[in-house]
Amino acid sequence: MAETISMPKLGFDMSEGVLVRWVKNEGENISKGDVLAEIETDKATVEVESSASGVVRKLLAGQGDVVPVGAPIAIVGTADEKIEEPQAAAPKSEGKAEQKPPPASETELPKAEEEKPASPSASAPASSPQGAPVPQTESAPQPADTSDEKTGPIKASPLAKKIARDNKVDLARLEGTGPGGRIVRKDIEAALASGQPSAVSGQKPATTSVPSFMPVSREDETVQLTKLRQAIARRMTESKTSIPHFYLTHEYKMDAVMALRKQLNEYLSENEKLSVNDFIVKAVALTLREFPNLNASFAGNSQVVRHGAVNVGIAVAVENGLLTVAHKDTDQKPLRQISAELKPMVARAREGKVKPDDIEGSTFSVSNLGMYDVENFLAILNPPEAAILAIGSAREAPVVENGEIKVGWRMKATISVDHRVSDGAEAAQFMQALAKYLEEPLRLLV
Amino acid sequence: MAKITMREAISQALMEEMDRDPSVFILGEEVGVWGGTYAVTKGFYDKYGPQRVKDTPIAEAAIIGAAIGAAMVGQRPIAELMTINFAFSAMEHIVNQAPKLRYMFGGQFSVPMVIRAVGGGGRQLGATHSQTPDAIFAHFPGLKVVSPGTPEDAKGLLKSAIRSNDPVLFIEHATMYQVRGDVPDEEYLIPIGKSKVQREGKDITIVTYCKGLELSMKAAEELSKEGIEAEIVDLRTLRPLDMEPVLESFKKTNRAVVVEEGWKSYGVGSEISSRIYEEAFDYVDAPIIRVAQKEVPLPYNRTLEQAALPQVRDIIDAVKEVLK
Repeated sequence: MAETISMPKLGFDMSEGVLVRWVKNEGENISKGDVLAEIETDKATVEVESSASGVVRKLLAGQGDVVPVGAPIAIVGTADEKIEEPQAAAPKSEGKAEQKPPPASETELPKAEEEKPASPSASAPASSPQGAPVPQTESAPQPADTSDEKTGPIKASPLAKKIARDNKVDLARLEGTGPGGRIVRKDIEAALASGQPSAVSGQKPATTSVPSFMPVSREDETVQLTKLRQAIARRMTESKTSIPHFYLTHEYKMDAVMALRKQLNEYLSENEKLSVNDFIVKAVALTLREFPNLNASFAGNSQVVRHGAVNVGIAVAVENGLLTVAHKDTDQKPLRQISAELKPMVARAREGKVKPDDIEGSTFSVSNLGMYDVENFLAILNPPEAAILAIGSAREAPVVENGEIKVGWRMKATISVDHRVSDGAEAAQFMQALAKYLEEPLRLLV
Repeated sequence: MAKITMREAISQALMEEMDRDPSVFILGEEVGVWGGTYAVTKGFYDKYGPQRVKDTPIAEAAIIGAAIGAAMVGQRPIAELMTINFAFSAMEHIVNQAPKLRYMFGGQFSVPMVIRAVGGGGRQLGATHSQTPDAIFAHFPGLKVVSPGTPEDAKGLLKSAIRSNDPVLFIEHATMYQVRGDVPDEEYLIPIGKSKVQREGKDITIVTYCKGLELSMKAAEELSKEGIEAEIVDLRTLRPLDMEPVLESFKKTNRAVVVEEGWKSYGVGSEISSRIYEEAFDYVDAPIIRVAQKEVPLPYNRTLEQAALPQVRDIIDAVKEVLK
């Protein structure tokens, strides 16, 4: 019996996917679980596995087609059976991707929660010239500079383009000395060495300082958002404007975790070493077991779904955005297994090669910016999860114990909660309960 | 370290391996009583006898076919082709049988065979006896193609070729038998499939092998007088191709010239420059230039022959063009 494979839904707000590449062609044998195709969602490129074994009889979409979720993309059957072609997935052109309103009610259980901001104050885009450096878009010619009559593409060697990109040098302002005016390495190096303000744009100025009397003009730059960035923008606006957030901050004593980690890592090989985050993830999972109402999703006006599984989502910074990988049954697994499972998931997320299972099904998220020397921050909820925990840096600080000032490891964490689901007292108790695990971490091992 | 000729180096390799392993034997045209067209096997017939140094009829398909058969049943034949141009008469055996038998028979057979073949132009042997068709043979997976440019490499690589359990085409250059170089006194092997930096420099990378190495070294000496220091990477093996030293050098110099004696179209230079563009694109500072033979059948006339073959002058010009 022939089976139809459809465009999977890989996130609760995914409405369509781009069929990037067929891994199997018509006529090829396929086993259940084999990769059939690669698709691109708003968030990442993921592999679609076949749900049936047999022969790929028919591919119903072309590479590059945009296919709505649920539409058939392929038929798998036996080599000789007669197949009925379902209505082919009407591919839409990229341009007119319709603005679908969010599904009225989420009847299905919450699925992948992929992107979510780690930082609540992501509010410094184009308008602020002092803002974070906007990544340059490749080496595409800059919009014609009015003070410069150069037209056509800029001639520069690949190496020159790369050095220019790395050092934020504006190629349009350079004169090339290579054949036909090609800009080559030595032209860029000369520009960098001279610190010519007209040539060197952006930060990272050359060693010689720019004379203060010579203003440097820098143009605005309009950058096209990636699909991931667009999805983050849409989801975060929706979350922050439609969900009533409240926040609670708690400071944890981390001395015991730091000591235990050091001790355990002495027994582990380099690639098995436990991170502070592994301890936090495990502690959060055990605490959630005690607080089912925070391991939950608001599901319409009269219902909250309390999830049976405790799947902790971990926010991963990726190029130009953020993905949340979903660790499964975190509360039931030993620390070492959690750590070993997370490493490849995080690696895949960074490479843009996540599997659907990597990003599906988290029930509570942890966003850790500890490695960036952040004292504390407030995260935006990752809908439909009811809570998210933002982790700051573990740092040595002067602390008062029994009337004496001592040095101790401290870490601040802030929980953001959906007020429709829970209240301050419950969240405060959660944070206290979490302290029990973080401050007596042997509990994480038994 | 003794300074010996390429001929002596190859001869030593053959003799050492024949002494070491009784399954090694030589067959080919005039390899026995006459001592080899290029005198490489002089004295072998007297030392090892007709069983291990076999003169054959002028029938290349039979020579290679017999060698393949012997190799399949456990011998280690070294088949000599008087010139690589005669390989075309045995093409079926060289590219369609020897490299594929292990694969086609699921590992039940292997073909531990060496084909020594003399290639290259410059001796006024005419268009059909002067070719450098190395790239053709390097095209086929399963056949190792080795072509050394120094006596030291020739000896070490030939010994590795004889010990290889898969077929190796070992290409020597007709004009290089008198080239002298230092060769270690003690026994040594040089692994197949390893390129080598033969001269260090910082300004440009010259990628080459075999006769091209000799020409490139001379060009580099000339360029050095003008303050241009060329780094020369010698491929030594065309398949399996070792790009690592090439890429490493290119990432340092950002500019390259590829020198080969064969024709430019679809050649070794095309392969090397393509790989550089693919694997080190962001390091490219100027187009890579290929120096190769003119696209004509090689003339017999001495002046025209030299004009058609790549010369030291061509390499110098190419380097300067790339450095513009």
